[in-house]
Amino acid sequence: MLIAALFAGIGASAAWGNPKGQWTPKLGLDLEGGRQVILQPELGKGQTVNAGQLNQAVNIIRNRVDGSGVAEAEVTTLGSENIVVSIPGNPSKQILDSLAQSSQLLFRAVIATGQPQADQTPAPTLPGATPSAPATSAPTGTGTAKPSGSASAKPSSSVKAPSSSAKAAPSSTGKNDAFPAAFAAATGTPTGSGSGSAAPAASSTPAPTSAAPSGPPTLPGATGSASPSTTPGKPANASDQAWANQLVSRIWIDAGLAQTGETYQQLLQTVSCSNTNPKLGPLASTWQEVAARAPANEPSVGCSKDKSATFLMGPSEVSGDTITDATWGQTTNSAGIQTGEIAVNLTFNDKGKTQFANVTRRLVGLQGDQNRFAIIVDGQIISAPGTNDPITDGRAQITGGFTEAEAKILADQLKFGALPFSFKELSSDQISPQLGIDQLQKGIIAGLIGLLLVVFYSLLQYRALGLVTVASLLVAGVMSYGLVTFLGFANNFRLTMAGVTGLIVAIGITADSFIVYFERVRDEVRSGRPLRAAVETGWSRARRTIIISDAVNFLAAAVLYVLSESTVKAFAFTLGLTTLVDLVVVMLFTHPVLTMLARTKFFGGGHKWSGLDPERLGARGTTYAGRGRVTIADRKQAAAQGGTV
Amino acid sequence: MASFAQFGNDLYSGRRQIDFIGKRRRWYTLTAVLLVIAAIGLFGRGLNFSLEFTGGSEFRVPGVSNMADYDTRAKTATQTALKSSENVIVTKIGSNTVRVQVEKPKSGSADATDQVSTALAKEFKVSPTTVTSSYIGPSWGEQVRQKAIVALLVFLALLSVLLAVYFRTWKMALAALIALVHDLFFTVGVYALTGIEVSPATVIGFLTILGYSIYDTVVVFDKVRENTDEAMASGRRSYAQAANYAVNQTLVRSINTSVVALLPITAILLVGIFLLGPGTLLDLALALFVGIAVGTYSSIFIATPILVSLRSREPAMKDLERKATAYQRKQASALDEEEHTPGESASGVMEPAREKAAAQARTDRPRTRQIHPLAKRDED
Repeated sequence: MLIAALFAGIGASAAWGNPKGQWTPKLGLDLEGGRQVILQPELGKGQTVNAGQLNQAVNIIRNRVDGSGVAEAEVTTLGSENIVVSIPGNPSKQILDSLAQSSQLLFRAVIATGQPQADQTPAPTLPGATPSAPATSAPTGTGTAKPSGSASAKPSSSVKAPSSSAKAAPSSTGKNDAFPAAFAAATGTPTGSGSGSAAPAASSTPAPTSAAPSGPPTLPGATGSASPSTTPGKPANASDQAWANQLVSRIWIDAGLAQTGETYQQLLQTVSCSNTNPKLGPLASTWQEVAARAPANEPSVGCSKDKSATFLMGPSEVSGDTITDATWGQTTNSAGIQTGEIAVNLTFNDKGKTQFANVTRRLVGLQGDQNRFAIIVDGQIISAPGTNDPITDGRAQITGGFTEAEAKILADQLKFGALPFSFKELSSDQISPQLGIDQLQKGIIAGLIGLLLVVFYSLLQYRALGLVTVASLLVAGVMSYGLVTFLGFANNFRLTMAGVTGLIVAIGITADSFIVYFERVRDEVRSGRPLRAAVETGWSRARRTIIISDAVNFLAAAVLYVLSESTVKAFAFTLGLTTLVDLVVVMLFTHPVLTMLARTKFFGGGHKWSGLDPERLGARGTTYAGRGRVTIADRKQAAAQGGTV
Repeated sequence: MASFAQFGNDLYSGRRQIDFIGKRRRWYTLTAVLLVIAAIGLFGRGLNFSLEFTGGSEFRVPGVSNMADYDTRAKTATQTALKSSENVIVTKIGSNTVRVQVEKPKSGSADATDQVSTALAKEFKVSPTTVTSSYIGPSWGEQVRQKAIVALLVFLALLSVLLAVYFRTWKMALAALIALVHDLFFTVGVYALTGIEVSPATVIGFLTILGYSIYDTVVVFDKVRENTDEAMASGRRSYAQAANYAVNQTLVRSINTSVVALLPITAILLVGIFLLGPGTLLDLALALFVGIAVGTYSSIFIATPILVSLRSREPAMKDLERKATAYQRKQASALDEEEHTPGESASGVMEPAREKAAAQARTDRPRTRQIHPLAKRDED
């Protein structure tokens, strides 16, 4: 029954599975080959990699690979700064990409939002000149009114006030009302709905002449039109609009994205979210990459995931290293019904919890964009939900139009921590198996010969009873094969050479359960019990032994699986699997079969070739049928009578 | 085969008993000698860790036009250049690049690296400048190793608790652990002595042994536990005798099990030696062969004797021993014999015929029987 179900499962997976299941087990790197990717760290100017960081990166990448199942992947360093990842089979591009991403998670308070540089616009360029105000293009409809306090006759600034901060307030809060205290929020399109009008502010401003790199950006109050604090100088907290007037960090200048002396406010206006043409100015990918490396204690700019909005955000206040766990699943509404929206759920440690509570407490009191808290992964703003209530339980939920696969990958990445830097693929090649198929074939043939010998030996030892052993072993073998195949589909479980050998040995250990059982039954027969009773008493005694010894093996498997990684984890998996198969086969196959056979004349009558012939076992047909539990005295007595042959 | 069945019968009934426990000093000595040899290997020669643990050099030969038989060719070329027969891992990358990984020329020794590059270039008929070499780190780095060790320690701790609870005495857990450590130590020692490379596959082999060793010990101990309960109830045999009886009774099982487990491994081992040469398969098969053989040995000759050494000092066991001695003496005196058969002295099992005779003798004896030396004379 079980087997039928198992194979039905495999059949189903082969027929309808996606990716297609198969009828043979998936093989590991050493037997099947796979894909090898060489990753090179993406470093900024002057950044170097040290051995410690590289090892840390190797460990994190290994965790990520293992996170996607028992993959039997290999992760090593190559040279002084590269990392080689070898994954068996043909992993999807998505998986490969996810390994290389730094996955640095940061939470930053939003200070202002803007409209991204439109694609086709000629670049603001002209080196030397400050980036002119974005040349319009499509400001989501509604040229609309100038944002309130914006224009602000700042001398130097060609840039317009962060209009949206001022006016989006009512609309965006209104939008977020619907969400419960949690952090779920619709962000992808933050400027959606009513707030759209605010965004285009910049485009409608008079053309800049500016070109005043000298403009003392430290001027207080400057653009922070709606800013509550007009205090000059140091920003009071991470949400302070005064950040907008701070000089940009060197990293932006080094990357050619900003001029010396530029402020963050100006930087916000030049961010490109989708430029792929180098002639038009810095690429969107460059923006994101630099944003990913921007110092955490400085403001940063970035694009939303759907590229529809740009953000200026304060220094990071909570970072990914305070995450203790990340899972993914559907969000539920207040009634507990799944909404179908996929979210990544985060749990923070105490430090993160306190930080999170502090920030959200502050944000609740702010209006408009400043009420929002941006979640940034590798420089990209995954979402920037509004804050309705302080979050004090150290749990947060990120939504952002994820697919299930994306959410799983992100959760895995966050759980295992951020790489010290991002990597790019230097090369990606198909690699051949290390062991020829020759080894596998010969190994399997050897194993089969060995098993044949086992069959021969057990027939010799147990006569017809040996056939029960053989049948049980067959069942165990078929079940193991089926499970390994099925798990290859379901869990990406792969067999390496070590795994194959382990399975062969495991079958030997499975055989031990039968031997323990049969020996016990024989003992009972020796004591003079009739076979049917002997099977029952023998079983009740053998069962204890079988269960405790399997429990020990299972414990080994469980502990090793949970606590170790890489190959050892895969081994633990195999061990656990075969132990379970052993238990199932003995309980649900061997014992019932033997009970049934004991009723037949051949076995029950103790035929010479049945392996249970009382005479051969030293007992004479004395029967003590109907007797309950046997004490040692009973058995002695029985032995005494039987032993006088 | 009939004789083997007869052997089993005799062991079970007690007609024939092998004195495992009584001669335990002999086994201890033998084990100590084996362990010393293993220790010499381990600490003297040390283990030969493979590329996966130590890291090594990687060579890439791109643009090879003739890929036929690339693996043996690369292997031979590398081994000749290095003048050693160490393990070489050859992989094909893409359609025409050969990758060779070896442990020996570490990043430092530029000379050896050059020699290998040149040899590979010559063998595959490409320009030596196109052959790249770089240092590769261990894929079984510090962290994998540490985690595996931590996992192992946690497992052993939990195992001790489980066994102590199940057998209701921590001494069984301790004895099982000693046997386990013995098995692993000895197997690893064999690797050190023979200088065979320890690869991740070997480690998996060691772990398999760990599972098998405990399993085997637990099966024997379970019988010991059962016999002890009986002995405590009847008072007819001492703890040492009950344990010895258990080992004898499970001996046939132990032999059968190890034969069944060893048969496939022997087949693989032979194929490995004669057909395939060194490689994962041979590494694994050797580890498993040695480990399973030692595992069976230790359950019988180490775990159980140690258990007896540990437990026979307990007051309850001493008490049992006194009772058992008295009973056995009584039986013997009933037969008017001072001598015990081997089975009687080793396991406290009396042959059925003798037992019957003893019972007969006792009933036949007049009521005023001789006073047993140990019995109190109550009519005084």
